[in-house]
Amino acid sequence: MQKSIFGFVWHFSKKEQIYILFLTVVSFPILYYSLELPKTIVNKAIGGTDFPQSILGISLDQIEYLFILCGAFLALVLINGAFKWYINVYRGKLGERMLRRLRYELYLRVLLFRLPRFKRMSQGEIIPMITSEVEPLGGFVGDAYALPAFQGGTLLTYIVFIFMQDPILGAAAISLYPLQAYVIPKLQWHVNQLGKRRVRTMRELADRIGETVSGTQEIHAHDTSAYHLADYSHRLGTIYQIRFEIYNRKFFIKFLNNFINQITPFFFYSIGGYLVIKGSLSFGALVAVLAAYKDLSGPWRELLNFYQITEDARIKYDQVVEQFQPPDIQPAEQLVQDNPIEGPLPRELSFSNVTYTEEGSVPAIESLTLSLPLDRHVAVINGGGAGRDELLMLMARLLVPTSGRIRLGEHDLTALPESLTGRAFAYVGQSPFMYSSSLRANLYYGLKHRPVVQPTYSPEEETARKRRIFEAMASGNTIDDVNADWVDYAAAGASSPEELSARSAEVLALVEIAEDVYRFGLNGSIDPAADTEVAGKVLHARQATRARLNGAGDDSALVELFDADRYNTSASVAENLLFGTPVGGTFAPDTMACHPYVLSVLDKVGLVDEFVRIGTELAETMIEMFAGLPPGHEFFEQFSFISSDDLPDFQPIVTKMRKEGAASLRPDDRARLMSLPFKLVVSRHRLDLVDDGVRERILQARQVFAADLPESLRGAVEFFDVERYNSAATIQDNILFGKVRYGQAGSQERVQALIAEVVDELELRTAIVEVGLDMSAGIAGSRLNSVQQQKLGLARALLKAPDVLILNEATARLDGPAQQRLADGIRARMKGRGLIWSPHRPGMARDFDEVIVVRDGKVAERGTFEELQGRTGGVLKSLLDGE
Amino acid sequence: MSIMQEVDLLKRIPLFANIETSKLKLLAFTSERLKFRAGDIVCEQNEMGDSAYIIMDGEADVLVSTGGTPFRVATLRRNDFVGEIAILCDVPRTATVRAKTDLVTLRITKDLFFRLITEFPQMAVEIMRVLALRLEKTTKDASRAEQRVRELEALQAPSAPKTGA
Repeated sequence: MQKSIFGFVWHFSKKEQIYILFLTVVSFPILYYSLELPKTIVNKAIGGTDFPQSILGISLDQIEYLFILCGAFLALVLINGAFKWYINVYRGKLGERMLRRLRYELYLRVLLFRLPRFKRMSQGEIIPMITSEVEPLGGFVGDAYALPAFQGGTLLTYIVFIFMQDPILGAAAISLYPLQAYVIPKLQWHVNQLGKRRVRTMRELADRIGETVSGTQEIHAHDTSAYHLADYSHRLGTIYQIRFEIYNRKFFIKFLNNFINQITPFFFYSIGGYLVIKGSLSFGALVAVLAAYKDLSGPWRELLNFYQITEDARIKYDQVVEQFQPPDIQPAEQLVQDNPIEGPLPRELSFSNVTYTEEGSVPAIESLTLSLPLDRHVAVINGGGAGRDELLMLMARLLVPTSGRIRLGEHDLTALPESLTGRAFAYVGQSPFMYSSSLRANLYYGLKHRPVVQPTYSPEEETARKRRIFEAMASGNTIDDVNADWVDYAAAGASSPEELSARSAEVLALVEIAEDVYRFGLNGSIDPAADTEVAGKVLHARQATRARLNGAGDDSALVELFDADRYNTSASVAENLLFGTPVGGTFAPDTMACHPYVLSVLDKVGLVDEFVRIGTELAETMIEMFAGLPPGHEFFEQFSFISSDDLPDFQPIVTKMRKEGAASLRPDDRARLMSLPFKLVVSRHRLDLVDDGVRERILQARQVFAADLPESLRGAVEFFDVERYNSAATIQDNILFGKVRYGQAGSQERVQALIAEVVDELELRTAIVEVGLDMSAGIAGSRLNSVQQQKLGLARALLKAPDVLILNEATARLDGPAQQRLADGIRARMKGRGLIWSPHRPGMARDFDEVIVVRDGKVAERGTFEELQGRTGGVLKSLLDGE
Repeated sequence: MSIMQEVDLLKRIPLFANIETSKLKLLAFTSERLKFRAGDIVCEQNEMGDSAYIIMDGEADVLVSTGGTPFRVATLRRNDFVGEIAILCDVPRTATVRAKTDLVTLRITKDLFFRLITEFPQMAVEIMRVLALRLEKTTKDASRAEQRVRELEALQAPSAPKTGA
């Protein structure tokens, strides 16, 4: 990258800068005439006597002449404005392009950093640098050459004008410029230094905030928020001091500038006045010089101002670029070059005299010479000390040796492009990173090397895309289309999305996450309009499930099916009334009790009084049971219909209701009582409050609710219909189409088993797994537990069918037997290919072709498991004994 | 069965005999009524338990296995309380409980149980009393069993040479 911002601007926008300069120069005469013309209008058209005037051979009287000149003035103003407009837009465009280029360049550098760089540079520092710190540079770029040229030119013109009037006055006008030009930068230098400090402190602050967000759990677990607040306050204090100092100095500079600018007129009045009195200067000339000097101060101020902006931009650029120019960076070609190795991958990875040291620490690997076969399975055991992680990462070319050489066959591994190392090799560490996208995107992530199939665009989209490509090229960005299909099916041994799904299913089963994904799928939903086939199958599954549940077997008591004509005792009153899934918040269980439409329905079927009565009894029961508990007791939240804060309010309402009847209640209180029964689930709460009569009327209300539902509320509920797929409900709820009954031991497990049976019978599992894969993994995979993350990371690596799979404790979070099962499965799948596995427990190395024990950065032992196991005093033996 | 009926049943259980109705109501309301089919396992020996059960209806066998085939040590009936040892002392289940007939229980989770005890000390005292009674019975049983073992040993000792070889 260019060392200075001027270098950067010039290198990437030479032509544009010259064009802006040209435009600026061209605009001068127009500007000049637009200033000149008013004078002509006043002097010649309005105050003139010499008529008729002739322009281009046409003779004009005074009025005509005036209007012609005024018209010309208007035209000039317009042209001048249009010129400015055009130049501004052009400058803006150029600035934005350069900013885009700079941001792209910086991000590219992040991708090129060697891994250890991130131990010294946090994302809290990197993010503000690329986002906010470089932002003002965009505005600067358009001005970088044009502004000094324009303002300098203007300034020069005025100075020449003044000199033409009187050399002495001219000298007086610019006499203080050298002083200003000397003193101001000196003062400015201090401000610049402070500016640098401010940027650094700000970065550290950003880093701290980032740390706070990541370490939130620790903060609360150790009660250290006071400490963090103090630290934060201290940093803010530092920033305040710096900024205050900057203001002080900045405004002092401003004061000095203004003072110096005002002192020049003093010379004019004194020296000029003296000359006029003595008669060596005409009075008119002094006035003209004074006027010119007034105009002079404009561009001069602009220039000084520009100087400050330039300094600011220069510092920002220097400080950012400095951070992105580490001495050790990957060559950019490695990211874009194609795989140079034709045919099969060489079968050997050899280390000769490899040392790996991280800055300022002892070597993790020291003079290691080692040859690894890439068609066998090797276990790398950590025998203590450092070096194991580094060794595995060196093999995967995630690290490069400090000295020595690693060869893949005849090729220098360090020099090979990532199109080879990132595809033929797969590395999985203890905590594979999950992106905040779907599980599928995370699974296919290892196949997204280059755009494979270009998307099909409509003509309008095509035009828009072309514009994007043009702009990307103008800013030196990549023109690869992010909307293309990036998934390299062939790399996974598939030729179509369907085949890839099949490969994924194998891999998911192998790492034992298929069942989890199936569960996610059951709790996911589909759009029945887009996925008619799956929706149809789900409806079949619903029928099959109903047939079983309605049968005479054991399962019949498990689920209470939805039936339009029956009250469902396993569902709440609200659900019974709605008989559908709420879409959005209008009829959500907590809010529907207060909805005017719901109340009007209750009124129509005469349930209002009943609900008030049931609500009263419910409130009495709650008071009886919960009044003895201290406020805020967890039972309230778990079991009570009334919160501990509200409980005291209900006592007087209930008393009043009992004494004076429902009519005496305030509407608010009535509403509160009425809202209570909505949450009542007959078979769960067992309070005997909803008798057959009430149930009958709730069924009536259900019908009225659906029949009278106004158009505007249609979208707020999706009614249960045994013949239709309910798009607002999960797949599981669609299959079950009912409520699991309360109080049957093991019913959840039995229902799950029943659904699984039906799903398998109808061959619906694959489709459900596909829906599960659409689930979002959450921020950094937060919706998956750590075991699932590890499994998905393994699946991602396996799916791309690497020639060499390097696993660094990649199953450590699984339980022992599961680790062994996965190891067996992965070994079978990687048969004939390279597998380098550093297992969590040394015992897992038992079946590997070869075992390497690493200790303190050196190979301590190497051989078959049997050999090393029996070696007296051996490292592996002692590790196994300790297990 | 409604909560009021459950409360009536609870009142007949000695453990809860002296506790106010409103507290029993709360107990019933906050507990899950759980049905088991004949043959279902209520809890398994040696597994960690998280709840105790009050038997509301039906019968259950208590089975203990000491390595070999499990043998029945008791049959639980209506009003019996089972599983409290595991949740009181955090030890694995000391026996397996299997539904002999269709069984209706009230499942009291460990959390709930402890909260009730801390909230209502009279319940804790009552539980102490019941456990103390049971301990006294167990001690008696144990000494009787010891007596019996000694008698058997005395019987066996002289006959040992005869079985010889």
